[in-house]
Amino acid sequence: MFDNLQLLIEFPAVTLDVVLNGLLIGAIFALAAYGMALVWGVLNIVNVVQGELVVLGGYITFVAVQWGLPPLLGLPLSAVVMYGVGWLIYRGVIFRVVDRDIFISILATFGLSILIQQLANLVFGAEVRSVDAGFGSLHFLDGMVSLAAVKIAAFVLALGAGAALWFFLRKARLGQAIRATAQNPRAARILGIDTDRVFAATYGLNAALCGAAGSLAVMAWTIQPYMGLPYTIRSFMVVVVAGVGNVGGVVAAALGLGALENVAGFVLGVEFQIAFVFALMVLILVWRNIRAARQRSYLE
Amino acid sequence: MKNLVSSLFLAAALILGGAAAQAEDGGVIKLGAAVSLTGKYSSNGAFTRKGYDLAVKRINEEGGVTVGGKRYTLEIIYYDDESTPARGAQLVERLIQQDGVKFLLGPYSSGLTEAIAPVTEKYGIPMVEANGAAISLFQKGYRYLFAVLSTTDEYLRPAVDLAAALNEDPSKLRVAMAFENDPFSQDVRAGVMADMERHGMKVVVDDKLPPELNDMSATLTKVKALRPDLLLISGHDKGASLAIRQLADQRVNVPMLAITHCDSARVAENFGPAAEYTLCAAQWASTLKYADPLFGSAADYAALYEKTYGEVAPYQAAESSAAVQVFADAFERAGSLDPEAVREALTQTDMKTFYGPVKFDETGKNIEKPMVLFQVQDGNYVVVYPQAFAEGEIRWPTPPWSERR
Repeated sequence: MFDNLQLLIEFPAVTLDVVLNGLLIGAIFALAAYGMALVWGVLNIVNVVQGELVVLGGYITFVAVQWGLPPLLGLPLSAVVMYGVGWLIYRGVIFRVVDRDIFISILATFGLSILIQQLANLVFGAEVRSVDAGFGSLHFLDGMVSLAAVKIAAFVLALGAGAALWFFLRKARLGQAIRATAQNPRAARILGIDTDRVFAATYGLNAALCGAAGSLAVMAWTIQPYMGLPYTIRSFMVVVVAGVGNVGGVVAAALGLGALENVAGFVLGVEFQIAFVFALMVLILVWRNIRAARQRSYLE
Repeated sequence: MKNLVSSLFLAAALILGGAAAQAEDGGVIKLGAAVSLTGKYSSNGAFTRKGYDLAVKRINEEGGVTVGGKRYTLEIIYYDDESTPARGAQLVERLIQQDGVKFLLGPYSSGLTEAIAPVTEKYGIPMVEANGAAISLFQKGYRYLFAVLSTTDEYLRPAVDLAAALNEDPSKLRVAMAFENDPFSQDVRAGVMADMERHGMKVVVDDKLPPELNDMSATLTKVKALRPDLLLISGHDKGASLAIRQLADQRVNVPMLAITHCDSARVAENFGPAAEYTLCAAQWASTLKYADPLFGSAADYAALYEKTYGEVAPYQAAESSAAVQVFADAFERAGSLDPEAVREALTQTDMKTFYGPVKFDETGKNIEKPMVLFQVQDGNYVVVYPQAFAEGEIRWPTPPWSERR
């Protein structure tokens, strides 16, 4: 552990490589986390099927590339197709659990995640899939720092999508409807907003964001029918840390967690990489709780 | 003279053929197997089943097995264990209790074999398995468990030996290791640790990859900074694919890279030039010079498999076929279908198959068959080690990325 720390201190280039790669990892999680924050905030549902939506998005890009489409075109394709899939999932299952107890929606989405895993296994097989985007990677500082171009694209896209989402929620008619519904569904309904349509659109938007994340994941890493869970957990964590309805917070939390976990993986050994992230989440929750308690006592 | 020889042959053939024809029809020997046809092992489970089926088909075509003067055909009763250990154990209980199966073929994966072995032990039912390689299976004193494949601790040993042989002073070698934190990969790690100690090699990176990990860049950056002479990676198909992808993306230079599962992950097909020079540990290859009377050579087996199923023969199928052959051989030598007698015969197994030689030690693992190392060369998997089976020279050291196309 101290050897690794020493390595970081002695070779700043190594540190830079670890931190930058971590930021880029965080960017892909940020996309999935936007979606989770939206669904959580608007529908009040913890979407346990998030990771499976990401994996499905990856498969769409994979199939598109198999058919001869350029990998970059797979990205919008995944997003569009997944919007439709999300809409169907909403119409099929989610609308039945929207105003129910949160426990029921967790169970329902958990069931969906198992269903999608098995379907993906049947349709695409259990093999590990990956797509070579053919972008190569960029190198700096004598090759000590190298970043896969796909991950840089993911980073730019994650920031761009974050900004677009922010504007959409503030300026667009549907975005405003989404925010209104999030604040008070009943009042929104009275004011003539078709909340059911807003819910469907929100869930579709979430699936589209996951689809884009999956498309990037299959180009940067690998996918497999059972690989959804890490994405669900990370997006959950990012949203827990950032809070729902806070696009900027989601970006910051996702990138920060990505960088921190990569540094932790380097220093402590990768076996503690994920453990570290969880420990961090517990600390943040405890700290938030203390802060909230202090605020409450102040108000009293 | 020539006439005499041929007529002698003819006479012998007539007598033998007559004897076979005279053998009374004994009926069917039922073998049981719970394999993963759905769930996360479904693709390898399907290979396992195809391997079993192909061997049963061939044996029945050749007249079945003769046990105590009676001729039997083989039949397998399958259940789908859904890739879950608890279900596997349940189904084996059912195979034994309800279907009256007295001989069991193994499932896919060490985990499921581990779940099933206590059941077969309890009922005294011999199990020949072909897809559970964990060394821990053979450290529990099981009496009815026999495995035709090499155990996990053997997987990357050839790579360490090869590195030691290629370098003048093996004790100067620095090794980086990244093994998934699961029983299989950690067994592989334990196997190479002993060998590296023997050679006096120094371990500079020893990372345990969590199964949920989807990015290896922290480990690979460390490898890049420390410049080891040998990099060993094992993490099933996912680990193999991820390693090849990210080693290329991060341009990590290592003179020698050895991994497991690159054939099942199809790294040469999926990653093209990025996979070049990679050494891959494998149980079996169709280019090996093994042969037996039933299937012919390893290449004949591969051709038959491809003709039957329309896909390239993976080693998971080959070893599964070999398991059925081992059972057939034991039935004939036992001369009875009593599970105890068959177990006794299994312990005395000493046969050559297209998959390799099979001979069990007292724990039930096959000690005769070595692992082989492929190297990805121009998009092909070429056997480079052990020397006796090598099809080509190893390309070593791997040039740095700046000199690769």
